[in-house]
Amino acid sequence: MIQFEHVKKKYGDRTILNDLNFTIEDGTFVILIGPSGCGKTTTLKTINRLIEPDSGTIYIDGKDISKEDKVELRRHIGYVIQQIGLFPNMTVAENICVVPRMLKYSDEECAKIAKEMLGMVKMEQYADKYPSELSGGQQQRIGVLRALAASPPIVLMDEPFGALDPVTRELLQDEVMEIQKKLGKTIIFVTHDMDEALKMADVIIFMNKGQVLQMASPEEMLENPADELVMNFLGKNTQDNGRPTTVEAFMRSNVYKVNIKKGILECAEKMARNCVDTLIVVDDENRYQGTISIGDIRRWGSTVKRIEPLVRQQMRTVQVGEDAKASFDHLLDTGDNYVVVLNEDRTVAGIITKTSVALSVAKDLWGGGAHG
Amino acid sequence: MVALMAEILHTYGPLLAKATLLHFIYVMSSVAIGFAVGLAAGVLLSRIPKYSGIVLPVISIFQTIPGLVFMGLLFLWIGMTPLTVIIALTIYAMFPVMKNTYTGILSVDGKYVEAAKGCGMTPFQTLYKVELPLAMPTIIAGLRMAAIYTISWAVLASMIGLGGLGDFIYQGTSSNNNLLILLGAVPAALMAVLIGEGIDLLQKRVTPRGLRKGASS
Repeated sequence: MIQFEHVKKKYGDRTILNDLNFTIEDGTFVILIGPSGCGKTTTLKTINRLIEPDSGTIYIDGKDISKEDKVELRRHIGYVIQQIGLFPNMTVAENICVVPRMLKYSDEECAKIAKEMLGMVKMEQYADKYPSELSGGQQQRIGVLRALAASPPIVLMDEPFGALDPVTRELLQDEVMEIQKKLGKTIIFVTHDMDEALKMADVIIFMNKGQVLQMASPEEMLENPADELVMNFLGKNTQDNGRPTTVEAFMRSNVYKVNIKKGILECAEKMARNCVDTLIVVDDENRYQGTISIGDIRRWGSTVKRIEPLVRQQMRTVQVGEDAKASFDHLLDTGDNYVVVLNEDRTVAGIITKTSVALSVAKDLWGGGAHG
Repeated sequence: MVALMAEILHTYGPLLAKATLLHFIYVMSSVAIGFAVGLAAGVLLSRIPKYSGIVLPVISIFQTIPGLVFMGLLFLWIGMTPLTVIIALTIYAMFPVMKNTYTGILSVDGKYVEAAKGCGMTPFQTLYKVELPLAMPTIIAGLRMAAIYTISWAVLASMIGLGGLGDFIYQGTSSNNNLLILLGAVPAALMAVLIGEGIDLLQKRVTPRGLRKGASS
């Protein structure tokens, strides 16, 4: 159990931690989140005394940590940082065994730990590689293993996956959650990514200006966000009635256009260059005139010089400001590739494609899913 | 040509061998001591980076004192013993090592130091398990510089009558004898090349394997 009692920290005039009071139960996955500068990382670092509070007390299992030996304390608390920080002069196995070695484990024990740890993330074959030979995701896996190697009951993680690509990040999140469940660790994890927090946390501590704004389970936080800031952070995850539903919210505005006076060849070349099979045709004032397709150019291109006779007008058009739903329905019903969005003066604003539909559906599912 | 070489060797051989050996001893002893002192000083300085802003400039001013002047002063103070040469050369050899040790340690990425601290390493463990190994390539580059410089500065020993390859060079320049100059300069140059090569080998060995790949990629 970790208890914060009236913990305060100032740098000069700036208050970093303003009277923190909370308790973290054993075996919980706690996430510290909040806007940058809210004090979440400072809070984390006070737990292994990389930062000392000015006043207040932090207890671990009832013991005041300021009275314990710093170095000894840190050896019993795992620590993972965003920049990974694997020692480049040591192999993967040596990195994992840094803390066990300092705790004077025998060589056999260390070898066994390295093997077990690597087995947990299926990286046994990397034991004798150096960090520079690993990908970022693999490196951070080892970073996590290093923190766990001496089986500390508490592990601190400071935005551990912040620098990883989204796919790797998801994988590591899953792995860490699994490890936490299996080993029953108390994990305190700093992030600024609410999706990560909602996915992983048992308890979310939302901080702002050095204070705890809200401490609650993800479920509770979604249902009753303490204030507007928390609500903003929850963002797309809460039911959002103000979400835009008009066409311009979903349209693509960089569309390939061609002037109606252009020649056939130039038009065909433009299609080829941009890898599209139709172009939007406009006049000199950028007003919508219709569309032209590669099929028509192939069939009739040899009989005409300019594109004007081949322009068709059957593509559906909508005005800016209309509800997007009708356009989506149209796309799905007819199998058309896109709907053209026009400004009031009939100039082309953009197009709505099936990708826009997918985007909208994803948003709906996501918001609903996280809420329910 | 061969006959000429044989004659030169016959005339100067024993003298040259003695001078070269003495030169080599001057260099090796002062570089060895200078390295040890420089390393220690660099490490100490890196613990108090605040003061390096004062210490390093003062030292670089000191470094601009010509070797000859410095050796002359020491000569007046200590007298005509090989110790004078070794102390002077040691001090000059120390600077590059100290400077490189200091910058090498300070340029170790902060994330490694934070990770080391977070793992529960003591400051001393952080130094010798993380900071020194990572700074080692820079430190050895300082050693190389020190060794090469010292070989040329050791020529000054002859100015206060303490031998070494300088004897040939000064005699050559004062009597306008090119052969004598070459007899002093060529072995000194060869010594510089060989010691340089030796240190390069050392450099490869002390660079952690994990860093070698990182440096090349």
